Amino acid sequence: MIRGSRSIQIIGAGHNGLVCAAYLARAGHQVTVFEASSQVGGAAITREFAPGFKVSAAAHLVYMLDPGIEKELDLASHGLEYARTGLQTISLSEAGDHVRFNGDDVDGVSEGDREAMREYRRKMQHFAGIIGGLHNRVPARLGTTDRPDLLELARLAFNIRRLGKNDMREFLRIAGINIYDVLQELFENDALKGALGLDGTLGTMLGTRSNNSVFCALHRYSNGGRYQLPKGGMGTVSNALANAARAFGAEIHTARPVNRILMDFDRATGVELQSGEQIEADLVVSGADPKTTFLKLLGAQNLEAGFAHKISNIRTRGNVAKLHLALGSVPDFTGLDPALSAERLVIAPSLQYVEQAFNHAKYGEHSRRPVMEISIPTLDDPGLAPAGKHVLSANVQWAPRELKGGWSAAHEAFTESVMNTLERFAPGICSQVMHRELLTPQDIESEFRIEGGHWHHAELALDQSMMMRPVPGTAQYKTPVDGLWICGAGCHPGGGVMGSAGRNAARAIIERSGT
Amino acid sequence: MRTVHYHSREHYRDKVFPGPFYSRQKALNVNREWSRWYDYLSVPAYSCSTTEYFAGRNACAVFDLTPMTKHRIGGPDALPFLNRLVTRDVARIKPGRVGYAVWCNDEGQVIDDGTIFHLREGDYRLCSQEHQIDWLMINALGFDVTIVEDTHDVAGLAVQGPTSCAVLKRMGLAGVENITPFGIDFFDFEGTELTVSRTGYTGDLGYELWIDPGHAEILWDRVFEAGELHNIRPMGSDALEMLRIEAGFILAAEDFMPAMQTVRPSHTRSPFELGLGWLVDFNKPLFNGRKALLTEKENGSRYALVKLDIEDNKPANHSYVFDMKEKNIGWVTSAMWSPSAKKNIALATVEAPHGKVGEEMQVEIYYQRELKWSRIMARAKVVKDAFWDPPRRRQTPPADY
Ligand SMILES: Cc1cc2nc3c(=O)[nH]c(=O)nc-3n(C[C@H](O)[C@H](O)[C@H](O)COP(=O)(O)OP(=O)(O)OC[C@H]3O[C@@H](n4cnc5c(N)ncnc54)[C@H](O)[C@@H]3O)c2cc1C
Repeated sequence: MIRGSRSIQIIGAGHNGLVCAAYLARAGHQVTVFEASSQVGGAAITREFAPGFKVSAAAHLVYMLDPGIEKELDLASHGLEYARTGLQTISLSEAGDHVRFNGDDVDGVSEGDREAMREYRRKMQHFAGIIGGLHNRVPARLGTTDRPDLLELARLAFNIRRLGKNDMREFLRIAGINIYDVLQELFENDALKGALGLDGTLGTMLGTRSNNSVFCALHRYSNGGRYQLPKGGMGTVSNALANAARAFGAEIHTARPVNRILMDFDRATGVELQSGEQIEADLVVSGADPKTTFLKLLGAQNLEAGFAHKISNIRTRGNVAKLHLALGSVPDFTGLDPALSAERLVIAPSLQYVEQAFNHAKYGEHSRRPVMEISIPTLDDPGLAPAGKHVLSANVQWAPRELKGGWSAAHEAFTESVMNTLERFAPGICSQVMHRELLTPQDIESEFRIEGGHWHHAELALDQSMMMRPVPGTAQYKTPVDGLWICGAGCHPGGGVMGSAGRNAARAIIERSGT
Repeated sequence: MRTVHYHSREHYRDKVFPGPFYSRQKALNVNREWSRWYDYLSVPAYSCSTTEYFAGRNACAVFDLTPMTKHRIGGPDALPFLNRLVTRDVARIKPGRVGYAVWCNDEGQVIDDGTIFHLREGDYRLCSQEHQIDWLMINALGFDVTIVEDTHDVAGLAVQGPTSCAVLKRMGLAGVENITPFGIDFFDFEGTELTVSRTGYTGDLGYELWIDPGHAEILWDRVFEAGELHNIRPMGSDALEMLRIEAGFILAAEDFMPAMQTVRPSHTRSPFELGLGWLVDFNKPLFNGRKALLTEKENGSRYALVKLDIEDNKPANHSYVFDMKEKNIGWVTSAMWSPSAKKNIALATVEAPHGKVGEEMQVEIYYQRELKWSRIMARAKVVKDAFWDPPRRRQTPPADY
């Protein structure tokens, strides 16, 4: 690693921006981060949503965070602590016949399904490993004769080839098809299939029968897929990253929104803050989503037209809403041992149910009976709520960003659908609610400044992945504008609280920014 | 606006429609042959393309260019929009002036060429060979511009040749002789505005007249009345093709493949490869293809478009080009026997590093005599200048011929 001493500005203190800041500062660069919000973390924060009640306001479970980053930046010493690790998943059923699983271990299903689960997990972990193996790599550019690019392509081919003949055939078969067919082939139990199917769609505009849903599940499992609950909520992860970055010398400023990226002739030279202040730097790195970076902060008129067009065509329609409930007591899920309420609870009782919930989204409507991924963090982390009180946090799908008739008219009706759905699985829950907040993708867009409110900044799909992410021509974190780099979830390998995009960007900048 | 109802079940019947000069063209079209030029009927040759060609070089030839794709571009960002679109500096095209331009994709490959008319301050007309509205709309992202394709709203008539100025003067367009090459002026004409530009596709003295289609027929009549003493003739596209090859002008889809219609990446061309490097202005911080063209400038181009002066007199249409060691290095894209230059001329594409001015090559010409095919290898030489470039093209005011 070459020790550098360039001045580098980072737009956005999302967790990827923070990771990038930490690695660049560690390499000796002078790093300054400008974050619009009053706290660091982007979509990985903890904040109050009702007096005395705190919640992870967007992302709520850690399962993708790169273990290498945790170690290299020594996040534990910077304050990262988990309230609990290895959460089980419970697929709730209205009747109370819940299915419980964690890794290969399944409860509440037939012997055949247990066997199938072992085979499914073996395969999926194996394939997810290929994808995971690429997370820490800067993708190859296509159509070049550059040696590092060719080696990177060869590596990808080799990893697929190394699977062996049968698995390779299977990988190529399922990577492009849909998770509905894959699960239907293997399993009997509806609740099990529903929960596994949800893994193929959560955070995307995909149903279980859409292609790319297998890819989406593989992405989710690519760092092992173990669910963990940070103590103090997601903000703890981001704060630890910010502390690490500061310890290496990075300066982090919050409540300093960037207005635009400054250009001198054909080069990015710094940023203009909303205050009007203009600050110069050798390099500018944006952790905001690609549309915000290129179309708002830079402006399409400062890009070549073909590139601007590709950026404007990135699919960024968010579809996950976030529900936060302040509860007077622990909800009572029908037939569920109260000791299990702290696990990852999923409302996806069958593939049919999930697919029907998605059908609405196809036509610009919200699901009448949505799917949900629920966590009640206060059971392990009581500090988030006043004594004896609880917080329920749920990712709710589908709530398309572009809703027919607009969200202001539908917000209340959708909240009712969500509450009615919960009530069917946990009768009486509505009467336990002291306060509630529902963030639609539109709210997420404005609170977190993510175009479309999209989980991944850019839809996670094969055609927007690896060397094509966010669009061909920027896959190596370098943009067509000299001096401007990108490092957020819109880059390879995508969204989720993982940090890989931030670290890869830092690596690419350290290795290639001189060229 | 002439509205074309594509939703109508009958749309295919009038997909190709008669242009605003149709009644006049029909009366003069002795051959009764019509061709299609995008949405319009066009005339390949009214009677004899050679006669029409000679009218263009020795008197005055009139050509209907209404089907040429036309756009009106305005709004506060019209100039920055055009400057990002094309490779040259549009700020240097002052109001009342016209500039030739090419535009590229991000890879620096030519999408089309055309002319930018700066009609009045901030009000531009862009004429192009190919349909460009999709690309223009893609380019509009981030700019405060209005873009209208107004091909059907503007009738265009080219009046070209040595007596063209005299014809227009006789028509009563006072001061038309003061328009300099690539200049524009406006005239009152029968209660409407007639725009006249000193432009053309013939490489000679000539003008292009622009008017609303409702006044097309009377314009035609008045031009022909005034031209009677000046040997005026209608001209079809075959004759125009001869005139433009002599002038060394390239034609999209003939001398190069527009990048948008090209499937194989090696079949596109950059401005440098078309001999249009003089239109690329790297002093502008940004235009589509700038980065790629800078790289090409550094690393060299793949092809060159050359003008060939060929021995022998058989037109070298569709010929292969060889170097002196009989290695195939390219092919001819346009060719003719030039009556005015008295030379056998061609435009050809050759692979780098060939194409230097003065370089000797060979052209393999197949020709037919009374159905019998013969083949010759003719020597050819790369020349720098257009085959036809008379001083009167630049003279203001032009002499009265
Ligand atoms: C509802 C929801 C639930 C999710 N649940 C999970 C989950 O449970 N687990 C999981 O792993 N992932 C989850 N995700 C995904 C995960 O949160 C994101 O993929 C990840 O946080 C993105 O991180 P980032 O650093 O790339 O971008 P972001 O976190 O979006 O950070 C970008 C930062 O840039 C800042 N910014 C933007 N514009 C400007 C500007 N002009 N000036 C200054 N700053 C600016 C923003 O304020 C923001 O802080 C969820 C996402 C959503 C939307």
